[in-house]
Amino acid sequence: MRQGFLSRVGTSLAPWALPVLLVVAWEIACNAGIVSQRVLPAPSQVAAAFWAAIWDGTLFEHVGISAQRALQGLMIGGGAGFFLGVLCGVLRPAEVLIDSSLQMLRNVPHLAMIPLVIIWFGIDEEAKVFLVAIGVMFPMYLNTYHGIRTVDKGLIEMAKVYGLGPFALFRRVILPGAMSSVMVGLRYALGIMWLTLIVAETISASSGIGYMTMNAREFLQTDVVVLGILIYALLGKLADVLTRALERRLLSWHPAYQVKGRTA
Amino acid sequence: MTLLPLSKPQGDDTATTMTETTDEPRRGGIGLPLRLDSVTRSFGSLKVLKGVTLDIPRGQFVAIVGRSGGGKTTILRLVAGLDLPTSGSVVIGGEVVCGLQPSVRLLFQDARLLPWQTVIGNVGVARGKDWKETARAALEDVGLAGRENDWPAVLSGGQRQRVALARALVSRPGVLLLDEPFGALDALTRLEMHKLTERLWQENRFTTILITHDVAEAVALADRVLVLREGHIALDIPIDLPRPRREHIDPKSAEIKARILKEV
Ligand SMILES: Nc1ncnc2c1ncn2[C@@H]1O[C@H](COP(=O)(O)OP(=O)(O)O)[C@@H](O)[C@H]1O
Ligand SMILES: [Mg+2]
Repeated sequence: MRQGFLSRVGTSLAPWALPVLLVVAWEIACNAGIVSQRVLPAPSQVAAAFWAAIWDGTLFEHVGISAQRALQGLMIGGGAGFFLGVLCGVLRPAEVLIDSSLQMLRNVPHLAMIPLVIIWFGIDEEAKVFLVAIGVMFPMYLNTYHGIRTVDKGLIEMAKVYGLGPFALFRRVILPGAMSSVMVGLRYALGIMWLTLIVAETISASSGIGYMTMNAREFLQTDVVVLGILIYALLGKLADVLTRALERRLLSWHPAYQVKGRTA
Repeated sequence: MTLLPLSKPQGDDTATTMTETTDEPRRGGIGLPLRLDSVTRSFGSLKVLKGVTLDIPRGQFVAIVGRSGGGKTTILRLVAGLDLPTSGSVVIGGEVVCGLQPSVRLLFQDARLLPWQTVIGNVGVARGKDWKETARAALEDVGLAGRENDWPAVLSGGQRQRVALARALVSRPGVLLLDEPFGALDALTRLEMHKLTERLWQENRFTTILITHDVAEAVALADRVLVLREGHIALDIPIDLPRPRREHIDPKSAEIKARILKEV
């Protein structure tokens, strides 16, 4: 019993051993002066910067504005990509009209448009939201479209034989059939969303986490810079956890997502 | 419910061989008579059906056997209105088929259940009025009471086909088409499904066409066996053995089987 308990605790803690060891080594190296503060601040300094930013409220302000840009861009671009994917997946004429153009546009790296976007929108909010929207649109479009085109034709035929109208067919057969692919698109989109935002905020912004870190760089506040990087990582992880939860909910019928028990 | 005038519908071929007129009340709708008038169907240069003429009185249980690739599924698709003949016509209940038929239900070899709908959601896939009650009753009828909320993924092959049968039954079809629905089942499950199909047919009296590559299955279930060969009906043979049939008891069945096998 005792040994079983110990080994259980051991296995659940094991994955954390290496990171903790690294942080400790990092702290020691900084305090011993092996690593200069200008290169890398000690973890304790990052933690202090974290507290300071929380207490003077700047952290929430920057995180809030970044999250807002991210979500706006995701809504607009993801929504457009999903809509176009559904349209092209369901309607043959729309596919002929739109798909090849989108496939061409897809090859333009959206970050290459930054200079143009700055000319169009200046460094206002629109510029960042626009870049994020463009970035997330393509993975959403491609995966939605692919998901819908690969829905089992047999199921569609069955649904027609059993008298489902176009709307019911879409809602009960096509959309659920495409859903796992749509979720893959969403995961990709989230990754691109953060990446785009980091780049856009770093290049030109007067608020947001990217601005916070770039501003800190000017004053050589490496602790704030590292804090900014960590916040990005945390936000990315948070988005991932939320999508996983959404996935488990939407795909609860899928054998791969059934934790235990067999009933709905 | 009163007995329906099934045995001698006016103007129809009265040579039905339904031997059992059970005295239990029949709940079902009414089977529809079915006629194929020199039906041909070609795919490009491939002539799959080369003039099939066939008269099936209401309520008859017909089995079609033939080599794989011989056009059996094509016939069912024409009857269901999923496909149109190159020439000739399919007439169900006096009306020429020119699209999907609400009175015709089709059972596929793979059950074609929606994986993202529970068992009851699959049975009531068309979501008619009071669909839950109807679906529950149908599930009880096929021996799956209590499995309403399971996902299709946890069912066995036989159970999946039972769900598909229940789904076909809820709309009280006039014609039931079975496209090798038991081909993938093990021998014991197949026997169970034979019994179930026969009982449901006797209770509901829908006109039935069963496609099968198993001659024994055809002889065990059907009133009449057709052999489809090279695009024609090569043999049309009545099976007037008493029901329920026990193949090993009746020596006549072996003789019929031999005749059919010779023609396939
Ligand atoms: N939609 C189609 N397009 C082209 N060829 C088809 C199509 N449907 C069926 N066929 C061809 O018609 C022939 C008969 O098919 P099918 O009716 O499925 O045979 P069976 O069910 O008897 O095995 C096969 O050679 C098949 O390749
Ligand atoms: Mg077939």
